[in-house]
Amino acid sequence: MSKLSNSKFRTIVMRPEDSVAVALQEIAAGIQVEVNVPSKESITILLKETIEFGHKFSIRPIKAGSDIMKYGEVIGRALKNIEEGEHVHVHNLEGTRGRGDKVVTD
Amino acid sequence: MLQIKEGQFLGYRRSDGKVGVRNHVLILPTITCATQTAKQITELVHGTVSFIHQHGCAQVGVDYEQTFRTYVGMGKNPNVYGVVVLGLGCETHQAKSVAGEIAKSGKPVITVSIQEHGGTLDAIAEGAKAATKLVQEASMQMKEWCDFSELIIGTECGGSDACSGLSANPAVGAVSDMIVEFGGTSILAETTELIGAEHLLANRAKNDQVAKRVYEVIEAMENRSIQMGVDIRTGNPSPGNIKGGLSSLEEKSLGAANKAGKSPLNELINYAEEPTEKGLVWMDTPGHDIEQLTGMVAGGAQVVLFTSGRGTPTGSPIAPVIKISTNTGMFEKMRENMDLNAGTIIEGTETVEEVGKRILSEIGMVSSGKLTKAEILKQHDFGIWRIGPTF
Repeated sequence: MSKLSNSKFRTIVMRPEDSVAVALQEIAAGIQVEVNVPSKESITILLKETIEFGHKFSIRPIKAGSDIMKYGEVIGRALKNIEEGEHVHVHNLEGTRGRGDKVVTD
Repeated sequence: MLQIKEGQFLGYRRSDGKVGVRNHVLILPTITCATQTAKQITELVHGTVSFIHQHGCAQVGVDYEQTFRTYVGMGKNPNVYGVVVLGLGCETHQAKSVAGEIAKSGKPVITVSIQEHGGTLDAIAEGAKAATKLVQEASMQMKEWCDFSELIIGTECGGSDACSGLSANPAVGAVSDMIVEFGGTSILAETTELIGAEHLLANRAKNDQVAKRVYEVIEAMENRSIQMGVDIRTGNPSPGNIKGGLSSLEEKSLGAANKAGKSPLNELINYAEEPTEKGLVWMDTPGHDIEQLTGMVAGGAQVVLFTSGRGTPTGSPIAPVIKISTNTGMFEKMRENMDLNAGTIIEGTETVEEVGKRILSEIGMVSSGKLTKAEILKQHDFGIWRIGPTF
């Protein structure tokens, strides 16, 4: 498991290729968070929104339609462009598996 | 106080050589219509357990077989000393057929039929008399030292949050590897909640045949929602999962897969089937907590490890369920439901390995008789995964 962030606010990034960090405590909008990325330099992210305990925020810009990564794996697709420091959740991330609603019938 | 050597527990040796960690007499209703009668018997006779359900009639084909296999598996589970199989009489799942299969394990089995015995009150009397005899016999069973290699541990997560994949599930994964190391068996289940993580398990499959089965059960599960024309997310992840920070089924699955540790995947079995291999085994079940739990216990699991982020009271009538919280806040709030806390991993005060060791030691204690919170609160949950319509 990767190391928890050293900064005052506890966050975790699981793998170097991940596009999101998980907040391990509630962190208010406007705070600069130091985030440890495994096998990389730590980065500082300015939070655009308040992130609740257990929720995710982006640690780099994510283009609409592109894969969102956590655990080094794909957890879904971006529904819109997501800026660094934005809350990433069901409003801007969609799962792509088991999507019977997307099946087009003639 | 109970002193346990690592990797050992005090269990009940059955005539078929298997070992139980409990010594229940089970009143097993094979049909909804007999569940209330079964419950009355458990109220009369100390040492008996039962469960309420709505199955056992007007079922056909593979759905009939799966329900039948589940009943038989509950009776055959080594945590059960003996069984009173209770039927109505006219149902598709005949009590005497179920009893005949359970009796092959060598344990005492008695059949009672409400119609044959002349109604509810006579059936209660007949069942209670049989149960009384079994309970007294059971009380004379001596415990003996057994090895963890004789354990089948079920693993499960329910009411997950974003911490599940960071704390309790990796800790259960570490325990799963330890159980495998001791020569025991660990069941991974919840096929729905492995959608998006199947490649990680398939890559660890013992052979190509097991890897192929991984993709087959995942495809079958995913196709159920596709054929219904619905978004699987309307049911999974659940509203509680989403509130806890999980955004998609894939994200939930990648966290859930951690329960399987790092061991090779030796076998993929059907719902409520007994593993034929030791080590890590995947049982094809839905993500529904109670249906999954029932499948694993019917498959012979003597102990279940259950992680939760939101908190849950879940328990089984015959197998102790050790509930492990993913975060300290919920553990504090739901102390009477949760047995262990893995939230210390999130806080950085304990490692995954350390929590794994704590869980392993709890398995030894619980397998030797320590009661879990769910047992104390009589949380006797039971539900069968139905795979066909009722006719």
